[in-house]
Amino acid sequence: MEYLAWLYYQYLLVTGIYVLEPWEKSIFNSVLFSAVAMVIYTSYVFVPIHVRLALEFFSAICGGQPESTMALMN
Amino acid sequence: MTADFVRHATEQPEHWPVQSQKQYDWNRENISIEIKNHRQEDFEKAPMHVAVLTYLGFGIVTLFGYFRDFLRAVGLEKRNLAQEREEQKEFVPLYQDFENFYTRNLYMRVRDNWNRPLCSLPGPVIDLMERVSDDYNWTFRLTGRTIHNVINMGSYNYLGFAENTADYLETVADKARHYGVGVCSTRQETGTLDIHVELEYLVARFLGVESSMVFGMGFATNSMNIPALVGKGCLILSDELNHTSLILGARLSGATIKVFKHNDMVHLEKELRDSICSGQPRTHRPWRKILIMVEGIYSMEGSVVRLPELIALKKRYKACLYLDEAHSIGAVGPGGRGVTELFGVNPADVDVMMGTFTKSFGAAGGYIAGKKELVDYLRSRSHSAMYTSSMSPPIAEQIIRAIKCITGHDGSTEGIRRIRQLAENTRYFRAKVKKMGFIIYGNDDSPVVPILLYMPGKVVAFAREMLERKIAVVVVGFPATPITEARARFCMSAAHTKDMLDEVLHHLDEVGDPDGEGDS
Repeated sequence: MEYLAWLYYQYLLVTGIYVLEPWEKSIFNSVLFSAVAMVIYTSYVFVPIHVRLALEFFSAICGGQPESTMALMN
Repeated sequence: MTADFVRHATEQPEHWPVQSQKQYDWNRENISIEIKNHRQEDFEKAPMHVAVLTYLGFGIVTLFGYFRDFLRAVGLEKRNLAQEREEQKEFVPLYQDFENFYTRNLYMRVRDNWNRPLCSLPGPVIDLMERVSDDYNWTFRLTGRTIHNVINMGSYNYLGFAENTADYLETVADKARHYGVGVCSTRQETGTLDIHVELEYLVARFLGVESSMVFGMGFATNSMNIPALVGKGCLILSDELNHTSLILGARLSGATIKVFKHNDMVHLEKELRDSICSGQPRTHRPWRKILIMVEGIYSMEGSVVRLPELIALKKRYKACLYLDEAHSIGAVGPGGRGVTELFGVNPADVDVMMGTFTKSFGAAGGYIAGKKELVDYLRSRSHSAMYTSSMSPPIAEQIIRAIKCITGHDGSTEGIRRIRQLAENTRYFRAKVKKMGFIIYGNDDSPVVPILLYMPGKVVAFAREMLERKIAVVVVGFPATPITEARARFCMSAAHTKDMLDEVLHHLDEVGDPDGEGDS
């Protein structure tokens, strides 16, 4: 718990939020939190699909030649 | 007693002891050995992520500054600072430049760390008046309580002469009773007292030069005397990090000013050669005078000037040297006589030696010393001599007693003890802080220790945390230092005991982060 308080203090110092008034701190924190939440949601929804498509694309290039000639002959 | 000093003042210069009698060898190897003896300082660069985060911090606060300005313009928020008048809305705006923006939106938020009122003498421990703000530093309110025994790491009290012990100040009180406090005149009219003559003789003998002149204010010594020495058609080469008084004096004189990189003798030589080859700006005639302006110790960096190399350069290119020893007189050198003693240089090689009495001597005022012709010229031509009031007698007596103490003429070893104590404090503090991992600038001999903190939030948090722990430090940020190099500046004093330094180091350890970025 102490460690989390220290981490929050470091975050305040490094981003420069430490000097702002409390309501400005809240605005910045909420904007940052919503941006990070959107990034996480988007990655949760789209990353598996993109990874699967990418793997298919690369496997089609590398090991795909024998398969296609067989398909043609058949 | 007065007659003695008049007699001494007219004695031949050969009777006055010159600081270093040894012949200085201009051979290159000897110079580099001298420089190696006083290890050259290195300005350690910040790690890349620190620089990026500093810019990020400033960027975020600037964005919020624009947001608040917008709120104020729309009317959603009260304007606390100056604003345009309704009738003048169509006129050129007065408060839109960057400086005003910075003051409104950055400085005002954190200004409780500066201008803190003291209510004791600026010794090694001070009393501060407690000051709170109800509306985020727009207005302050004194609660009436005092914070006692705060360790003072911010005053320029290098030799500890800011003291109020009755037996030390006996002569000062006598002079105040004899002469009063005000002089009510300028030097040229009726303001030259015998105590000024005595003081000038002592200062000249202390520095090892022929003659000196003292002025009432240190800043005015620089800004008012440089115009008397150089004018149009002269060239001034001034170091990048010179003090505002030197810059003001240079600009006021009307000479051509060229700036060289801090302590960079190669760049200075290049500038000298280029300027001498091309001559005055439009006519290309040779320069009437070339003046190199440097400081003994630079107060924001703690670095020391490279005097032997400068003297070699000056002799080769026939330039004159103006040395501002505001922070180094009394604070460096085995006898406290400044950078000329530190490097073993003949003081007659420095054309104009200037210094102030505010720092090591615990008084106020400044001096200019050098050859007799120079000082006599300044007595009649300087603005400061003609128009400002002369030094107050108790202050002059404080300087006299301080000089007598340092040189040992008052019969005790107090002066030498203080000089040695300051040197020891400086070495101890610097070594310990470096071992903790902080990034420090400056020479190992200089009593000014700037600890780099870089980010604006850390600078402010550092000052507040240290005050909580009853240590008063001076932090400096953007206008006085480059934007990415905010720092906390510690000034050593001979009056600090080892216990005080240990306590400061202990709290510094707690508040600071071992990676040298400050604030854990």
